[in-house]
Amino acid sequence: MSNLDKNPVQSPAAAVTHPLVKGTVEPGCAKVDPIVIADHVTRQFGGLKAVDVDHLEIPRGQITALIGPNGAGKTTMFNLLTGFDKPNTGTWEFDGKSLAGVPAFKVARSGMVRTFQLTKSLGRLSVLQNMLLGATGQRGEGLFSSLVKPLWRRQEEENTVRADELLARFKLDAKREDYAASLSGGQRKLLEMARALMSKPELIMLDEPMAGVNPALTQSLLGHIKNLKADGTSVLFVEHDMHMVMHISDWVIVMAEGRVVAEGPPETVMKDPAVIDAYLGAHHDTDLGDLMDDGPNPVEVALEAERKAHDAHSEEK
Amino acid sequence: MDWGNIFGNAIGEIISPTTAAYALAAIGLGVHFGYTGLLNFGQAAFLLIGAYAFAIPTLAGAPIIVAVLSAIICSVIFAFILGIPTLRLRADYLAIVTIASAEVVRYVVTTTGLTDFTGAANGLSGFKGTFAAINPIPEGRYGFGPFMYNEYDWWVRIVGWTLVVLASVLVFLLMRSPWGRVVKGIREDEDAVRSLGKNVYSYKMQSLVIGGVMGSVAGIIFILPRAVQPANYTTGLTFFIWTIMLLGGAATIFGPIVGAMIFWVVLSLTQGILYGAIESGALGFMTTTQAGQVRFILVGVALMLLVIFRPQGIFGNKKELSFSV
Ligand SMILES: Nc1ncnc2c1ncn2[C@@H]1O[C@H](COP(=O)(O)OP(=O)(O)O)[C@@H](O)[C@H]1O
Ligand SMILES: [Mg+2]
Repeated sequence: MSNLDKNPVQSPAAAVTHPLVKGTVEPGCAKVDPIVIADHVTRQFGGLKAVDVDHLEIPRGQITALIGPNGAGKTTMFNLLTGFDKPNTGTWEFDGKSLAGVPAFKVARSGMVRTFQLTKSLGRLSVLQNMLLGATGQRGEGLFSSLVKPLWRRQEEENTVRADELLARFKLDAKREDYAASLSGGQRKLLEMARALMSKPELIMLDEPMAGVNPALTQSLLGHIKNLKADGTSVLFVEHDMHMVMHISDWVIVMAEGRVVAEGPPETVMKDPAVIDAYLGAHHDTDLGDLMDDGPNPVEVALEAERKAHDAHSEEK
Repeated sequence: MDWGNIFGNAIGEIISPTTAAYALAAIGLGVHFGYTGLLNFGQAAFLLIGAYAFAIPTLAGAPIIVAVLSAIICSVIFAFILGIPTLRLRADYLAIVTIASAEVVRYVVTTTGLTDFTGAANGLSGFKGTFAAINPIPEGRYGFGPFMYNEYDWWVRIVGWTLVVLASVLVFLLMRSPWGRVVKGIREDEDAVRSLGKNVYSYKMQSLVIGGVMGSVAGIIFILPRAVQPANYTTGLTFFIWTIMLLGGAATIFGPIVGAMIFWVVLSLTQGILYGAIESGALGFMTTTQAGQVRFILVGVALMLLVIFRPQGIFGNKKELSFSV
């Protein structure tokens, strides 16, 4: 009994609940108000099942972190949900509309916009042009209407105002006219995120938004993401930086070897033995009692080590 | 050597209909490659289609408007045939398909089985009547210095260069607009543009069609001063158009025009000088046929020097290019 008290998630007998969750908190649990619901999504690369998710729900209006060791299938899951890759099986819906088999550009138009782990800022366009490209429903993007400037001038001006606001918020306003290629790696990450926000998405999916971002900027980036939530945008992000995960996420989903192995609020999910398994490998000999001590949490230690290795790797690029 | 004549011929190339045709074809290729990043190595096919799709109906008695529409429609269809299977794939697929299909269409028009329509290897002639009939210029010779032409030659030049200007204005309007921003984004990273909700496939198709129609209209201008000759539409033609586009600057408005002028002036000058030198015995070891080929060796060398020392072309933006990976 004392063991149960110490580690409630360990025992199925202890039905843990949470205000975001309908029923018990467990991997693949149903949410009270989900924005994304995925079922039986699998993606096979040769003999490797990169994604094998039975059921997954992302809560609406919350900041959800998707964590897991490298190669867990997080990026592949992003690619599948956003139409950049095709699954072997599976269906999913966004905001009640089925998106399985829908091409990437239509997914984006429906309000689910993603960024990339390896930044895709358009180096030969200026920072402002990058931003303007993010706006949706532009009349000037039609072949024939593009020829008649009065048809799209007003809208372009409005989009420019919005772009300037976002650039100022992300401290990129001084770079407005520069080619995006002249930005640092971290600034490109910020630009990509700001550009995605141009379309006022309902759900923004950020693949490692902090990787390579100057530590001086990370604090304000955290602020931006919290503001997104305040504005009613749902956020799903992949991150290795545990400070970010712990501080801003409302919900954490843990993937390992393609599966969702754990989920829960950030305070408790780190203590889940399945998460320790995921990061340290199965059949580890960690005494779970250690987790409650004041000593360093082994998951955080492992994550920290991975993040460092990862950052070193990104910097080489 | 008759320097006056050599320079006169060279200067005349500046406004020749052939220069206009190459400029227009290079503007189209600029839309494909310069702005959208499409690797079209078959621009010659669009010129060929324009030429035959104009000449064949004309010879069958169609009015000029029908012949021009036929050229445009055929090139649109051809662009779709090239684009539908390849534009969803990686960029290199379009390159392979365009280079191969350009050869295919050239062999098709050369086959003897189609002699009644295409004239096979002899090509077509006698299709200038409908164009000459709408010439408002009275008969006679006009101009000054090296620019002395009869009414037909002026008419071809005026129409040809008017079309070049119209195409340039069209490209200017497109590329300053949000439409142009999308295709320039595609040139760099399709997935980024896709993630922002743009139908990349549709934009690439639009670009392929626009540049292809320009190539096809260039094909009409190209044949108006001469006959249709299938041998003119080899991959060599495609690479001259590439040279012109790169010389002027791939993603520029004036680049293709100035590139075409320089290309033809230099070709004419070197021909004049080499032929003159051969006639005067200074280059006794060479025949005029060989001299003709030497000119194109010089074009190749010039292209190499250009790519090494000024990769952005004459009008290109060094910065914009230096970032390309
Ligand atoms: N295009 C691909 N071809 C083959 N294997 C891939 C491909 N993309 C990802 N994988 C593999 O799928 C697994 C999951 O990768 P990924 O989704 O990038 O992981 P994560 O983002 O969680 O680090 C890895 O083992 C990776 O090597
Ligand atoms: Mg990843």
